[in-house]
Amino acid sequence: MKTLTELLTFWQLQAGKLGEQTLQHIGLTAAALLLAVLVGVPVGIGLTRRPRWAPAVLGLAGILQTVPSIALLGFLIPLLGIGPRPAILALLLYSLLPIIRNTVTGIQGVSPAVVEAARGLGFTDWQVLRRVELPLALPVLFAGIRTATVIGVGVATLAAYVAAGGLGEFIFGGIALNNPVMILAGALPAAALALAFDAALASLQKLTTQRLAKVGAGLLVLLPLLGALYLLPRATSRLQAGFSPEFVGRADGLPGLQRAYGLRHLASVVLAPALVYEAARHADVDVIDGYSTDGRIRAYGLQVLRDNKRVFPPYYAAPVVRPALLRAHPELGAIFDRLTGQLTDSAMTELNYRVDYLHQEPRTVAEAFLRQRGLWRAPRPAVPGAAVVRLGSKIFAEQYILVEMYAALIRGGTNLAVETKTGLGGTTICFEALRSGAIDMYPEYTGTGLQVLLQPAPATIDSLGGKPAAVFAYVQREFRRRYGLEWLPPLGFNNTYALLMRRRQAQELEIESLSDLGSYLGH
Amino acid sequence: MAESDAAPVIRAAGLTKRYGSHTVVQDVSFAVSAGETLVLLGPSGCGKTTLLKMLNRLVEPDAGTVEINGQEVRGQQPEVLRRGMGYVIQQVGLLPHYSVADNVATVPRLLGHAPAAIAARTNELLHRLHLPPERFAARLPHELSGGQQQRVGLARALAAQPPIVLLDEPFGALDPVTRVQIRRDFRELEELRRTTVVLVTHDVVEAFELADRILLLDAGRVQQLGSPGELLFRPANEFVRRFFAAERLQLQLRTLTLADVQPFLPSSVPNPFTPHTTLQAALEQLTANANHQPSKAGLGIGALMQAFEQTIQTQQA
Repeated sequence: MKTLTELLTFWQLQAGKLGEQTLQHIGLTAAALLLAVLVGVPVGIGLTRRPRWAPAVLGLAGILQTVPSIALLGFLIPLLGIGPRPAILALLLYSLLPIIRNTVTGIQGVSPAVVEAARGLGFTDWQVLRRVELPLALPVLFAGIRTATVIGVGVATLAAYVAAGGLGEFIFGGIALNNPVMILAGALPAAALALAFDAALASLQKLTTQRLAKVGAGLLVLLPLLGALYLLPRATSRLQAGFSPEFVGRADGLPGLQRAYGLRHLASVVLAPALVYEAARHADVDVIDGYSTDGRIRAYGLQVLRDNKRVFPPYYAAPVVRPALLRAHPELGAIFDRLTGQLTDSAMTELNYRVDYLHQEPRTVAEAFLRQRGLWRAPRPAVPGAAVVRLGSKIFAEQYILVEMYAALIRGGTNLAVETKTGLGGTTICFEALRSGAIDMYPEYTGTGLQVLLQPAPATIDSLGGKPAAVFAYVQREFRRRYGLEWLPPLGFNNTYALLMRRRQAQELEIESLSDLGSYLGH
Repeated sequence: MAESDAAPVIRAAGLTKRYGSHTVVQDVSFAVSAGETLVLLGPSGCGKTTLLKMLNRLVEPDAGTVEINGQEVRGQQPEVLRRGMGYVIQQVGLLPHYSVADNVATVPRLLGHAPAAIAARTNELLHRLHLPPERFAARLPHELSGGQQQRVGLARALAAQPPIVLLDEPFGALDPVTRVQIRRDFRELEELRRTTVVLVTHDVVEAFELADRILLLDAGRVQQLGSPGELLFRPANEFVRRFFAAERLQLQLRTLTLADVQPFLPSSVPNPFTPHTTLQAALEQLTANANHQPSKAGLGIGALMQAFEQTIQTQQA
C-alpha cells in the first residue's frame, strides 16, 4: 500500500519525464522493429531461395541473440558512439532472429504441392511469393514479429545505458539507488507496453489472411510514425551532460547540485556508469559525473570541477567489518589497521589509473604498492583447515585494488585463508552480503554509508556540515546501533562525487568550479 | 484420333534429364496430335512425372527439345507457356486461402479475361463437374472432400480453355469409388474431346480407359509407344508383356470392341451393340440385363465369350 502511494506520487512528480521516456521507448522499439522487418523478411525470403545459407545465417542471428544485451551495446559504442544509434542497432539485431526464422519457417511451411500447382498454372516467381507464399506464411511471420516486439520492448530498457533514453532511465536509477519505487516506476510501464503491444498484435493475428495483409501494410506505415516519436525535440543547452543513473537519482547527486548551483539549464542524458568517461573523452557529452580518484580522470585528460559549496559529502574509504570476525581473530585488527591513512587522493588515483587505463592486474598493482610502503610480507604457507576470511568488493577498480591489498596483508600476516568475492553489483548488494555473513568485510565510503544506507533526515545531514570527521563518527555510531557492524579507521583518500569536464574545454570556457559552470550555463 | 496428318501439337525429341549421376529420363521422343490423349505409363520412379514437367518447363531437360505447335518452349517465357496449358497434380494444390471460385478463376485472371466472362465460365465448369456453384463457389478448399478438391483442380485447369492439359496422377490419391466416378466424369467432359491431353499414371486400367496412345516407360527409357491394343497384343519386349500380365484379361476385354470379335459371332443372332462398344461394356450390360429380364433371343454371354476366345487366338497367332 505504502509502495503504491509512493509510486503514484513518484509518477505524479515525474509525469513529464514518464511521458517523455514512454514515448522514447515506443519510438526506439518501433524504429528498430521497422528496420528488423525491412531487413529480416527479405533475408528470410532469400534463405528460402538459397536454403544452403540458412544454417549459417540463422546460426549467426542466433549467436547475436545470445550475446548479453549489455555486452552487445558495449561492442557497438566504439563503432557508433552513444545515443539512439547503438540502441536501435542492438534492438534491431535482437529482433532479427525471430523475424528471419519465422519468415523461413512460414514460407517453408507452405505446401510444396500448392507452390508447384501455382507455378504450373503460370504464376511468375514474384506472383508465387506475393500471392501464395507470403499470404500463407503471414500468420507465422506475424508471430515472429510479435516475439520480436516483446523482446524489443524489454531490451529497449537498456537504451538508457547508452544515453538513448526510454523507461530504463527510471529502472537503472532505481537499481543504482536501491529504490524499488523508482524501479517499478519504469518497469511497470515497460511491462504494460510489452503486454499492450503483444495483445494488439495477438488480436491482429486472428484476422483472416487477406485482412492481415492489409493491416500488415498499414503497420509498415505506422511504425515509422511511432519511430518518429523518438525525434520529438528535447531540451538542449550550451553544454551537454551525461550522467550515470545513480547520480541522477541520489539526493547528494544531481538534485543537490541543481539546488546549490542552479544548474537547471544543464541538459542531461543518462548512460551506463561504465560509459560516462568514454562519452566525455569522445566529446559525445561535455559534463559527466565521476569519482574524484578515478584513474581515467588523468588518462582521458579530464578535470574535476571544484565543489566550492561543498555539496558532495565526504566519501572517505574505510573497511566495514563484522565484529564477530575481529572477536574470533583479534590479530586481524592490527592487519586492517596497517592501511589506515596510507592512501592519499593522488596515490589512489595513480593506482586506479594503472588498473583502469594501463590494464594492469589489481593484484599486481596492490602488491607493488605494499612493497613500496614496506608493508609486503610473503604469504604464509597454507594451513589445512584454517578459517576463511571472505572479502567483498563492488564492481570497480578501486575496490578490487583495496581488497587485493587486504588479502595480501592477511595472507602475509596471519595463518588465515582468504577468499575474495569481487564484483558485487552495488552498494546494497555488498551491504546485504555483509549483514547476512556472506562476506566478512568490504571497503565502503562514509558518504555512501550516510546517504545510501542510513538515509537520515536532511536536518541531520545538515548538522554534520559535510565535515569528514563528523560524518565518519555518525556512520560508525549508527552502523553499530542499527546493524551491529563496525567501521574501521579510514584509509586516507576521499573518493567523492565530482563533476568532470575535458580539461581543454574547461580551460577554454574558464570553468574551474561548479559555480563557474552554473554561471556559464545561466547566460 | 491418333493417326492425324496434321502437325503434332506437342513434339518431344531426345529428352534427357539427369540428377547427379542418376539418369531419370533418357532420350525420349514422342509426338501428340491435336485432340489426342497420350498416357505416360510406367512403374514408380520411371521418370514419367519428370517427362511431363519438361513439357511445361517445370523441369528443364539436359538434352532434347520440346516444341508446342511447332515452337520450341525454350524460347518462350515459362509463365506464358504454362498459362496456355492446364495443369493438374495428384496433391491437387488448391490455393488454401482462395475460395473455390477464386481457385477456378486463377488462370483466366492471370490472362486478364473480363470479370463477367470469368464468372460465367467458373459457374459453367462447377456445374459440369457436379459442384453446384451456389453451394460450393464460396467455400474454402479445406471444407471439401478429396474428390471435390480434385474436381475443383480439374475445373481450374480447364478454366481458360487451354488447348493442352497436363495431368500428373490426377486420380491417384482418391479412394477407388471416388476415383471411378471422377474418371468417368473426366472422360465425358465435353471440353476434353477437343483438347490435347498428356496424363501420367501408374494405373494400367486407368491408362487403358483413358488413352488414345500409351507411352510405356521403364527406368527413363521408352519401352513402347502405341495404342492400348498394340501394347497388349504386340508387346515390343519382355518388359511390356510382363507389365500387363496381371490385368491381362481385364485389359483385353476393355480393348477389344464388338467390331474386333464380329467375324466370330454367329451372324444370325441380333446384336444390340454398336461396333465401338468394348467387350467389357457389352458384358456389363448383358450381365445387368440377365438379372432383370433374362435375354430371350439376343446375343448371349456365352456366344460373346466364345468369339472373344477365338479373337485372342488369332491376335496372338
